[in-house]
Amino acid sequence: MAYDATFHKSKRTLEDEGPSFEYTPENRARFDEIVKRYPPDRRRSAVLPALYLAQYQQGYITANAIRHVAECLGITRADVEDVVSFYTMFYTKPVGKFVLQVCRTLSCALNGAERVTEELRDKLGIKPGETDPTGTFTLIEVECLGACDRAPVVMVNDAWHECQSPEGAGKLVDDLRSRGEAALSGCHHVVEKAGRAG
Amino acid sequence: MDPILTKYVREPNAFTLDFYLAHEGYDALKLALTKKPDEIIEMVKASGLRGRGGAGFPTGMKWQFVDKKIEPRYIACNADESEPGTFKDHLLMERNPHLLIEGCLIGCYAIGAKTAYIYIRGEFFHVQQVLERAIADAYAKGFAGKNILGSGFDCDVFVHRGAGAYEAGEETALLESLEGKRAQPRNKPPFPAVVGLYNKPTAVNNVETLCNVPLIVKHGAEWFTKLGPEKNGGPKLYCVSGHVKRPGVYEASMNITLRELIEGYAGGVRDGRTLKAVIPGGSSVPILMPDQLDTQASFDAIQKAGSLLGSAAIVVLDDTTCMVWLAENLLHFYRHESCGKCTPCREGTDWLHKIVRRIERGEGQMKDLDMLSSISANIAGKTLCAFGDAAVTPIVTTLKHFRHEYEAHIREGKCTLSAPWRARNPHVHAGAH
Repeated sequence: MAYDATFHKSKRTLEDEGPSFEYTPENRARFDEIVKRYPPDRRRSAVLPALYLAQYQQGYITANAIRHVAECLGITRADVEDVVSFYTMFYTKPVGKFVLQVCRTLSCALNGAERVTEELRDKLGIKPGETDPTGTFTLIEVECLGACDRAPVVMVNDAWHECQSPEGAGKLVDDLRSRGEAALSGCHHVVEKAGRAG
Repeated sequence: MDPILTKYVREPNAFTLDFYLAHEGYDALKLALTKKPDEIIEMVKASGLRGRGGAGFPTGMKWQFVDKKIEPRYIACNADESEPGTFKDHLLMERNPHLLIEGCLIGCYAIGAKTAYIYIRGEFFHVQQVLERAIADAYAKGFAGKNILGSGFDCDVFVHRGAGAYEAGEETALLESLEGKRAQPRNKPPFPAVVGLYNKPTAVNNVETLCNVPLIVKHGAEWFTKLGPEKNGGPKLYCVSGHVKRPGVYEASMNITLRELIEGYAGGVRDGRTLKAVIPGGSSVPILMPDQLDTQASFDAIQKAGSLLGSAAIVVLDDTTCMVWLAENLLHFYRHESCGKCTPCREGTDWLHKIVRRIERGEGQMKDLDMLSSISANIAGKTLCAFGDAAVTPIVTTLKHFRHEYEAHIREGKCTLSAPWRARNPHVHAGAH
């Protein structure tokens, strides 16, 4: 999650206990398959994919999810919490149905990312790091997403929405409300225009 | 030079196995399997291929250093592409995934590894899907897995998705992350070639680097060296972004100049604007000034000009760019991404960001400038990995070339440059993140 100005890297942000957690049979099967990619005595390597499965299942990572992942991998809960608290793509609080992640780093900022954030902030009435009262949108400012040629870019859940303009940002919110993820432009190479990439 | 790596990227089906096979795909693997592993390493050494991830270290040497007495060995492909301004590996993986898979397989064969992990950044979920499908197709046709093409060579290729950490792009931090831990660097030496993944010998190679390997096997080392200036051979992908008309990935030989890339390929700065400065190799490298545009965009020439080619991420800045704002933007990035392992970097980036932010807001004092220099000097060279040096570069380089802008902020109590792309009300939520 986004760090605020007072956040220090050694601060502990313990997750909610949350409801009891166990993988669905489908996710458990997926987990068993993923673990095979690593040597049998190195199951810990699967901690990131295992946490992704938990997050996709429940929306965010709770203490109970950490406990379950630790048991599945045969490592301690502290080992898993260590990882969860380090990587920014794991949420330790509930997030909205659509997580809007505005890239704020240089190339996007040079092309108006700050204004995109302003538009989204005003449209949703929330600050970066917050979720709107209806639980539909979470707004986050993130660091470089690696789409600098189609700046500014907004990542919506796992999908990219590129070449944003401040004006278009407000429309994106409306479109997501009415059409869901179908509103997203996707990755630019699919809609490659002549003159780019070589 | 006609594009080689990106020749087919705009073909709709370029990512499919059928398309790849119809365009000499996996021919290099077939050829490689008829040679001895050492011959492949010699070939890559002779080609002079230099790592495309940022450091420019010769790939053949890296492979030679891999300790061949210890089993198992690994290839860890660095697909964490996180350096601000870089977006070339993304294009290769999404549009030409089989080239990377073929490069991984040949690399494994050369160093005697049986497993390659492609560590892809968490934000590339859509690319991961393309890669995983390509890998499944390669297995189905016998290009990966057991007894590849009847040669007796076994090799697995797996994708491993990261979860949002710039530091995972550092080779030892990548290995830590792959082992299921925080992406924090290890002390070097020992280098990964000796003690790498699971403490076994490991070659960590960038995506674009591995994509060049099939070309070298197919066309020979001499062909490769002739494609560019001495010691800077082969095709190179350049990422041009920022204030240009046509940002994008452009492939060229390293004979090309920054001017040709920026003014030719990328169309130059927008109408009515003038060029202010160029970052030639990602946010971690010193800026170059407009009078250096005729510098050749090769590893050695850019280094001679006082910067680094890095990941060939060229960020172009026009005259609307406030350099104090730029330093604040990048320090925000480095403060956020510091892994926290080494104290000078963890605490120092926080201080640097606080100070440069107050200067940018017009609340700084002249003595802050000396403090910026002093803190920078106490971070650079005092950390386990190169992150510390990278993090202070935006401060050091802007202070060197644009000290007057810092002084103007302090004198005027505000930023006097208004840019249409900046926030209308920049400090409203600045405390909140």
